[in-house]
Amino acid sequence: MVEVDIPSDVRFIERVVELVLRECEFMDFAHRQIMLNVPVALTEAISNAILRGNRDNPAKNVHVRAQVDATQLIVEVGDEGEGFDLDASAVDPTTPENIEREDGRGLFLMRKLMDRVESVELPHGNLVRMTLHRE
Amino acid sequence: MSFSIKKEGEVVVVDVEGQLIVGNRQELKQKVLDELERGEKKFLIDFSQTGYIDSSGLGVLVSLSKKIREQGGELRLANLNDDLKTLFELTKLDTLFQIADTRDRALHSF
Repeated sequence: MVEVDIPSDVRFIERVVELVLRECEFMDFAHRQIMLNVPVALTEAISNAILRGNRDNPAKNVHVRAQVDATQLIVEVGDEGEGFDLDASAVDPTTPENIEREDGRGLFLMRKLMDRVESVELPHGNLVRMTLHRE
Repeated sequence: MSFSIKKEGEVVVVDVEGQLIVGNRQELKQKVLDELERGEKKFLIDFSQTGYIDSSGLGVLVSLSKKIREQGGELRLANLNDDLKTLFELTKLDTLFQIADTRDRALHSF
């Protein structure tokens, strides 16, 4: 299990992703899951929590909790912001009118790369829970 | 994670070492824009030493592609591993970029 609080600073994202990947490697997740699904989806979730949830406020933390076993990874990313509607920014970035947009691919990738993505509103913040079954 | 830039003939070649993510995408963007401002027109980004790319990294590539095109330049990508190819296919960005299997092929495609 990985449980860590980081300040709202994007420079910490890679280190947290590395911690979770180590657990997935230990549980023998598939190469593609370790090289693509987990790092990209988790980077998106933490980045969302820092930039949208906590609005880049360094005084606010992001809480990451990952449980890995032989069957699945469940990772939760919580922020201390005022809450945001994860789905409000949902666009299909693959359509001709959106393909050249610089933004709008984060949630799309989380949903494509994880088996399940849930958003839970907390009293003080927002929590995203993602599940990936081991291949 | 870092970026190295060198000139091969008329082409500015950028190697992306490590991840291309929200924490370092601006550095890549600025390096390429500086070269564009100096008058360079041909750009190749080589991903042979790249781990993973997030949506911010993809966004920067899209933005650079537009800016280079607006200045009459060209951008090529090379050496995407299977996982990065999947990422480009999922987002359909494989239809937006000219992607070569090798650096040499990309260099000869200008």
